[in-house]
Amino acid sequence: MNPDLFIFQYLLSAIIFAPVIGALILLLLVRGDDENAQNSARSVALWTTVFTFLISLSLLYFFDNATAEFQFVEKRNWMSGLLSYHLGVDGISVMFVILTTFLMPISILASWSSIRVRVKEYMVAFLLLETFMVGVFCALDSVLFYVFFEGSLIPMFLIIGIWGGKNRVYASYKFFLYTLLGSVLMLLAIMAMYWETGTTDIPTMLKYSFPASMQPWLWFAFFASFSVKMPMWPVHTWLPDAHVEAPTAGSVILAAVLLKMGGYGFLRFSIPMFPLATADFAWIIYYLSVIAIIYTSLVALVQEDMKKLIAYSSVAHMGYVTLGMFSLNVEGVEGGIFQMLSHGIVSGALFLAVGVVYDRMHTREIKAYGGLVERMPVFAFVFMLFTMANVGLPGTSGFVGEFLVLLGIFKVNSWIALLATTGVVLSAGYALYLYRRVVFGKIEKPALQTITDMNMREIVTIGPLVILTILFGVYPSLMLDIMDVSVKNLVQNYHSALEAAGMTHMGTVK
Amino acid sequence: MYSDIFSILPEIILAIGAMLLLMIGVFKKDGESSVVGILSLGLIIITGMFVYMQPSEPQVAFNDSFTIDAFARFLKILVLLGSFVVIYMSNEYIQEARLRYFEFPILILLATVGMMLMISASDMMGLYLGLELQSLSLYVLASFHRRSIKSSEAGLKYFVLGALSSGMLLYGISLVYGMTGSTHYSVIATVLKAGDVNIGLIIGLVFIMAAMAFKISAAPFHMWTPDVYEGAPTPVTAFFAGAPKVAAMALLMRLIFEAFPHITNHWRQILVFMSLVSMVLGAFAAIGQTNIKRLVAYSSIANMGAILVGLVAGTQFGISSVLIYLTIYLITTLGLFACILAMKREGEMVEDISQLAGLSKNNLLMASLMGIFFLSLAGIPPFAGFWAKFYVFSAVIDTARGDAAGVAHPGLYWFAAIGIVSTVVGAFYYLRMVKIMFFDEAVIDTLDPMHGKLQFIAVLAGIFTIFFIFFPDPLISSAQIAAASFFR
Repeated sequence: MNPDLFIFQYLLSAIIFAPVIGALILLLLVRGDDENAQNSARSVALWTTVFTFLISLSLLYFFDNATAEFQFVEKRNWMSGLLSYHLGVDGISVMFVILTTFLMPISILASWSSIRVRVKEYMVAFLLLETFMVGVFCALDSVLFYVFFEGSLIPMFLIIGIWGGKNRVYASYKFFLYTLLGSVLMLLAIMAMYWETGTTDIPTMLKYSFPASMQPWLWFAFFASFSVKMPMWPVHTWLPDAHVEAPTAGSVILAAVLLKMGGYGFLRFSIPMFPLATADFAWIIYYLSVIAIIYTSLVALVQEDMKKLIAYSSVAHMGYVTLGMFSLNVEGVEGGIFQMLSHGIVSGALFLAVGVVYDRMHTREIKAYGGLVERMPVFAFVFMLFTMANVGLPGTSGFVGEFLVLLGIFKVNSWIALLATTGVVLSAGYALYLYRRVVFGKIEKPALQTITDMNMREIVTIGPLVILTILFGVYPSLMLDIMDVSVKNLVQNYHSALEAAGMTHMGTVK
Repeated sequence: MYSDIFSILPEIILAIGAMLLLMIGVFKKDGESSVVGILSLGLIIITGMFVYMQPSEPQVAFNDSFTIDAFARFLKILVLLGSFVVIYMSNEYIQEARLRYFEFPILILLATVGMMLMISASDMMGLYLGLELQSLSLYVLASFHRRSIKSSEAGLKYFVLGALSSGMLLYGISLVYGMTGSTHYSVIATVLKAGDVNIGLIIGLVFIMAAMAFKISAAPFHMWTPDVYEGAPTPVTAFFAGAPKVAAMALLMRLIFEAFPHITNHWRQILVFMSLVSMVLGAFAAIGQTNIKRLVAYSSIANMGAILVGLVAGTQFGISSVLIYLTIYLITTLGLFACILAMKREGEMVEDISQLAGLSKNNLLMASLMGIFFLSLAGIPPFAGFWAKFYVFSAVIDTARGDAAGVAHPGLYWFAAIGIVSTVVGAFYYLRMVKIMFFDEAVIDTLDPMHGKLQFIAVLAGIFTIFFIFFPDPLISSAQIAAASFFR
């Protein structure tokens, strides 16, 4: 790419703020709450997100895989020079930007007929949410990162609280306060880092070596924030509640993008900036991840609510992500990132699938279903595919991530790898058990006798996810090539920082 | 002498203008208050222009007891802004509550004169005079709703406790005078620089600090705040929540940075305690409130605690962070009160929080604005309130790493951590307001539509709160210039 090209200096800003413009159009031009207004709100939101997705694709096209440097950089003074409005993406973050912009039109489509009240406000909340989410992955100033990271709480709080289920108020509070509590400590750490380095600029801080006495404190402050967001056991309890109460599209975005902010934060801050503390405390991550994988898989096994089951399975899958990232070798980290992206697609699709039957029956009780294959063959196929991807069947994207993670962690500690692998078995247990109860068997419930298969809109919504799940399953290099150089750079810097301090990662020799 | 008069010209104009308006009010037989109201708005604008034209180079007048500098100019404009908006907003309320006494704007003007004197005072006597002029006007304002028992009670309570705090202040001043031999800040500072700190002086300092805590409603001297906020007529509460807090904070800043800069460690302990208790108490006590004015009272206690965090830092960055916080707090609070004044059902004011249920369906604009103000007060980005908190906490982290003398204060890390975690508790009740307006169904019929003037103020404050993140530089750089006044 030609970095001097004028347009590249504004590309990321354009992606971030395009949804805001859509939201302003909605707020200012769409009046009333009748059928017409609702339809125009829906289409404005859809076209805005589609447009945003299309311009974000140009990132992919012009992205240079061969460098670990930040690209499409944009930098301006902010807050009288104290901070900077600094944007840029590297091989780690660019895929998350695309994932977000890709899932937004799908979420809007998924809400097309299930959201019937206050449609305009709903769409505005979603568009603002997109701005914050894309901003998180593009921000190269830690305070800017924080602003986007925290700002995303407000629209999600409203989405869960206004359009959510019965227990929505409790769930929305829990979501907001859990995340906020973790994040304020991160904010203090960012301030301390500012006074240490004299800047809040992420690339500068990446090159700075923080004193060994400071690193543990900073590491734990960031850990407090990202472990809640991830979420890691034992601070995961907000997630099942939020998922169950959120509307379908809210669950999709929550699982697919918001959780990934935590993992991305670990890769952007904790690991490269505090390598010594990371080496010291990686065992905490390992234990918590293994507990998450085994414990939440078992919990998922006994759930009676479909969304709750998928939510617990998300926690288990995030356990793989943290294991992979903190194994600190190329396989593990790439596996972790791949797992996040794949989970974004797969869990998003699973929530969409639940949404399909929920829209028809208005219940998520597993017991209320059974035998759907007789009346809903297309749905049965789609649900089967994503169930398999969730289990990690070879040929789906779920397999690649888990396999790489296990490879990576095996190099570090084979016992942890052994325990983590039991999660694969358990995930097959809960996922297939769910599938059998919902789809197989005879239709016995009278209410299910008239249920209809997926309509065209639903197929269009979920179709791209089907394609991507298989595509990345059989051809993972598409994603791995983009992140490869950046990940290698990350791992290399980490190990040379340890070497300089006379340490090794968990006693393994690189 | 001539230059002395020139320094105090804005205050003279405001004071004489207020007395003229009093005459106009008395001689206009029909007791019509709106003319006086409009004229007082004009008077404030004229005063503001004179303040703005004052030199930013520091000047002292009246034998060193009155200082004008960039700091004073910044805060005086803030105070005038607070008074202006309250007079502008309150006209309708005054008419409808059948409180058509023309004294209302005049009392605010006189309180404003007092506040401007407080901001510029660089002598203990000047400080006391300014404070009393302000306080006496405020006591009357609190009980302005003569026929309401609650209002009278509020005024009386405020008066009794205020008098107590004035007594403590005087006692503290006399101790400091006795130990240092002067009431001039600069002389006190010189004496203390020589290293002459004895227990009498410390006791005097504690008394002065306690009185200051009363004026800014910082815990543990906050008890009057919820009752007075609730009992006073709502425009008066709007006034209380804004300008007097700014003035008292300015007074405190000038006092500790001009009179006691050499005994930082002594007053820092007191401020840490006050700040921490205010933040925690404000956050927890607000949870159970059902009256919106009481809720805002506790919220202002918590916010005062947060502002003190910047003072604890004791650095130039700390002072500028306090000024930024005060500005953002003042504007947010004025916007919030514009919404609270609009809480009416069939012409009657309602103050119960539950009355806001389902507001977002009937009046999305008002609900969104209130939501934004509450989230801003909670310190959630991207709203202005976040930046206020960001600056004060950054300042204290800086001092924790090492103050001006290079001494580290590790304890301040814990102070900052507890303080910032208490904002999460605070977020709980601010979120409850959002929940009531956005998640709950309306129980009874809707609130009356918002009055044009109130909507105008609320929208302006809302625009500031949302867009501060894009255009922060004017405020930040002028706060930095103002903060530099103490460090020359």
